[in-house]
Amino acid sequence: MTEIIVVTSGKGGVGKTTTSASIACGLARRGKRVAVIDFDIGLRNLDLIMGCERRVVYDFVNVIQGECTLKQALIKDKRIESLYVLAASQTRDKDALSSEGVRKVLDELTADGFDFIICDSPAGIEKGAHLAMYFADRAVVVVNPEVSSVRDSDRILGLLASKTQRAEQGNGGVKEHLLLTRYSPRRVATGEMMSVDDVKEILGLDVVGVVPESVDVLSASNAGVPVILNAESDASLAYEDAVARLLGETVPLRFVTEPKKGFFARIFGG
Amino acid sequence: MGLLALFRRTPSSANIARERLRIIVQQERSARGGPDYLPLLRRELLEVIRKYVNVDPAAVQVNVEREDGQEVLEFSVALPEKGRAPGA
Repeated sequence: MTEIIVVTSGKGGVGKTTTSASIACGLARRGKRVAVIDFDIGLRNLDLIMGCERRVVYDFVNVIQGECTLKQALIKDKRIESLYVLAASQTRDKDALSSEGVRKVLDELTADGFDFIICDSPAGIEKGAHLAMYFADRAVVVVNPEVSSVRDSDRILGLLASKTQRAEQGNGGVKEHLLLTRYSPRRVATGEMMSVDDVKEILGLDVVGVVPESVDVLSASNAGVPVILNAESDASLAYEDAVARLLGETVPLRFVTEPKKGFFARIFGG
Repeated sequence: MGLLALFRRTPSSANIARERLRIIVQQERSARGGPDYLPLLRRELLEVIRKYVNVDPAAVQVNVEREDGQEVLEFSVALPEKGRAPGA
């Protein structure tokens, strides 16, 4: 069975593409066949985060418009055997994506036996975001613990509950998960940042992951290597946990409290 | 700094954020799923009511309730303690 997961947020810059890339890698590393699709038509970026930007020949819109086959457009990842990337088009024509076209591509991936299709949504609530979520079975809502991100993601929750195929068919709707990024336990402890529980309570969602603020995220995108593949990074471990939870495992949250300072650090600061 | 914080009684900014979000999210959720004209209807109602009574913008609530397949449009206006037309 193929599961379609949309990674969405409403607000831009909160970590949708970083999350899509890491979740896709994490699932594929566990032996799942995964396709990750960039729905941000006109602003292609998933290819850069995945490090395959120089291997894009055909894109999502080419497939939909019949200019190539899906097989020709899928870019096979060089690190993980069962992982494929479908790049967004750079066309300025936002209407290049059609509902029928997207359905055809998703159906073909399903027929091909993919276990997971990760849809990397563009920011906003326009057509690209709508189509990215429309066919989804589950949604990972990426949120920064910050007022505009939380509010926008609640808008997205409203759309997930009404403007998706599952909502229209009335068969339980899309299963929603909260993934917090750029989390700073230190700032939560000093009362400068909302906590996981605050955001969870406001949005009423279960938490699938909390990714701590980390310098490794920028270096990962600099290098084109999804951060989950940097085994030394806290962000990587946090994404790994999120992948386990998506697969139904019960894993306690990590990196949500500040490590206890030693005696000397408390006296002298640090 | 650490000692001073002990004496300060102001709420943390995270608490302020949480309370503001709680209110706005709840408000936006109640408007959700209703007809698109609700915000405009609310604004125009407010204008008419304010010709006669000086009510607070937040005092006018417009909701759509759904019960047994029926939709009920519900208005509630909280009047100020001494209702009077402005300038009367």
